[in-house]
Amino acid sequence: MENPTIGTFIAVFEEMFGRGLFWGLVVLAVVITLAYIFVLIRDRSVSWRKFLLAQLFMPIGAVAAVWFVFAITKSHLRDIGGPIDLILVLGIATLGAVGAAILVYTVQSVLKGPGPAE
Amino acid sequence: MPDQPDFETRRRLLGLIAAGGAISALPSAPAARAQTIQSSARIVIIGAGAAGTAIANRLSTRIDGAQITIVDPRQRHLYQPGFTLIAAGLRPAEYSVSATADWLPRGITWIEGAATGIDPEAKRVTTSTGDRLDYDYLIVASGLELHYEGIEGMSRDLIGQNGIGSVYAGPEEAEATWREMDRFTDEGGVGLFTRPATEMKCAGAPLKYTFLTDDYARRKGTRDRMEIIYCAHSGSLFGVPIVNEKVRMLYDRQGFDTRYNRVMTAIDPGRKIATFRTPDGGSEEIAFDFTNVIPPMRAAQVVRDGGLSWQTGANGEQGWIEVDQYTLRHTRHDTVFAVGDVAGVPKGKTAASAKWQVPVVEDQLIAQIAGGQTDHIYTGYTSCPLITRVGRAMLIEFDYNNDLVPSFPGIIAPLEELWVSWLIKEIGLKATYNAMLRGRA
Repeated sequence: MENPTIGTFIAVFEEMFGRGLFWGLVVLAVVITLAYIFVLIRDRSVSWRKFLLAQLFMPIGAVAAVWFVFAITKSHLRDIGGPIDLILVLGIATLGAVGAAILVYTVQSVLKGPGPAE
Repeated sequence: MPDQPDFETRRRLLGLIAAGGAISALPSAPAARAQTIQSSARIVIIGAGAAGTAIANRLSTRIDGAQITIVDPRQRHLYQPGFTLIAAGLRPAEYSVSATADWLPRGITWIEGAATGIDPEAKRVTTSTGDRLDYDYLIVASGLELHYEGIEGMSRDLIGQNGIGSVYAGPEEAEATWREMDRFTDEGGVGLFTRPATEMKCAGAPLKYTFLTDDYARRKGTRDRMEIIYCAHSGSLFGVPIVNEKVRMLYDRQGFDTRYNRVMTAIDPGRKIATFRTPDGGSEEIAFDFTNVIPPMRAAQVVRDGGLSWQTGANGEQGWIEVDQYTLRHTRHDTVFAVGDVAGVPKGKTAASAKWQVPVVEDQLIAQIAGGQTDHIYTGYTSCPLITRVGRAMLIEFDYNNDLVPSFPGIIAPLEELWVSWLIKEIGLKATYNAMLRGRA
């Protein structure tokens, strides 16, 4: 992949997750992101109360993301063999944490509507 | 990639981060160039495996007006790097199987028969379908022949019985090998692993299957009930000295009984005994409860009969095509190229090598048609994600000089057992292989 194209990356991810799961995840990520942007625009401010709860879900998101990657690659934490592996795991955990925070914040905002003025 | 500038490494690292995984770490070859040429050249490609399909796709986009014909009777395309995963119980046999027709470009002719004759003087290929194909340029990508009968008493139909496995033979045989390995690692006994004395495809595969068997036994708690013997055909385990030393250390660590200069010459399935040639000219019998038979390998009969092979030495005996190791152009017939396993070059019988060879043949051929020259050469790049257990591998890349040529110097250490290298083998490789087939990687 000297000059990887979007199509090459899509092909790789389809292979990794299976076509149905990959596109399902893409749709889910797009929907959640759009909903997050929607509530931010609607509320015109960040609700720090909702953000606090969202932060509490970050460790869960981090662990879930790492577990998911280990599961689909038939590997385990004990397979971490060097610094690059650790960096990769931390990166996956960070993505999971941020994703979980956005998800929880968005769900709260969509279900409960704008919070009281803070 | 010693000749890649630093920005290439940075770009790959950015790609790695963007992909959120190890995908872009895959060894890469120069991408297809955009410039096309006009030509009515008749190009015949023998073989629609990895190399043949990839070169067909690349040439069909680079040359307008050429008559490209590909010759191969096989309806199934096999993703051979997946055989190890199948034989390790990690993938079903179907994982490696697709349809040849799905990968071939439009606008070329597919002769669904075997090449039965090559006449480089008359520039003609004949086929089992009765076609006589006159060519201006010939690309031989016929792969190699697994010569099971080269081991006395051995044949394909023995695979999957009496403790006999053979990862190379095909996806179904790899799955049958897994059943035998699974049973063996339940029960224990003697596990016997070998490699042939001939050139072979993916010389790391015999090593990694030994590691995988050991790993399953340890996971099942049966390792202390078995002996693992590895018979190396020569005085080393791997042709690249620095890699050989690392593998030797790992074999010692895992408690393998490594025996050097042992070549399997016969097998008795009923008695479960294999016979090996020893350096003093004698023989040694080793009893086994499970073995991964790797047959001698050679060029297909049509190649050996076609006058294109090396004329002396082991390359001649095994029939590999006499090409310049850098340009992959035949040394006696300048309109003939060889690419993939059949090329008689010192290294390079892996899919990753084909991935690097194909763009070289493409550029060399196109330059020749256009009446020019190119400095695009193949430097022997070969890659082997050497699995050392389920979950870890070493991403070993090297060239003709036996130099390590890591794609990520300083980031992915080639001689370390890493999870990221496992990810590359387990999930990233097939997608890149598929992109290669289509000429996109």
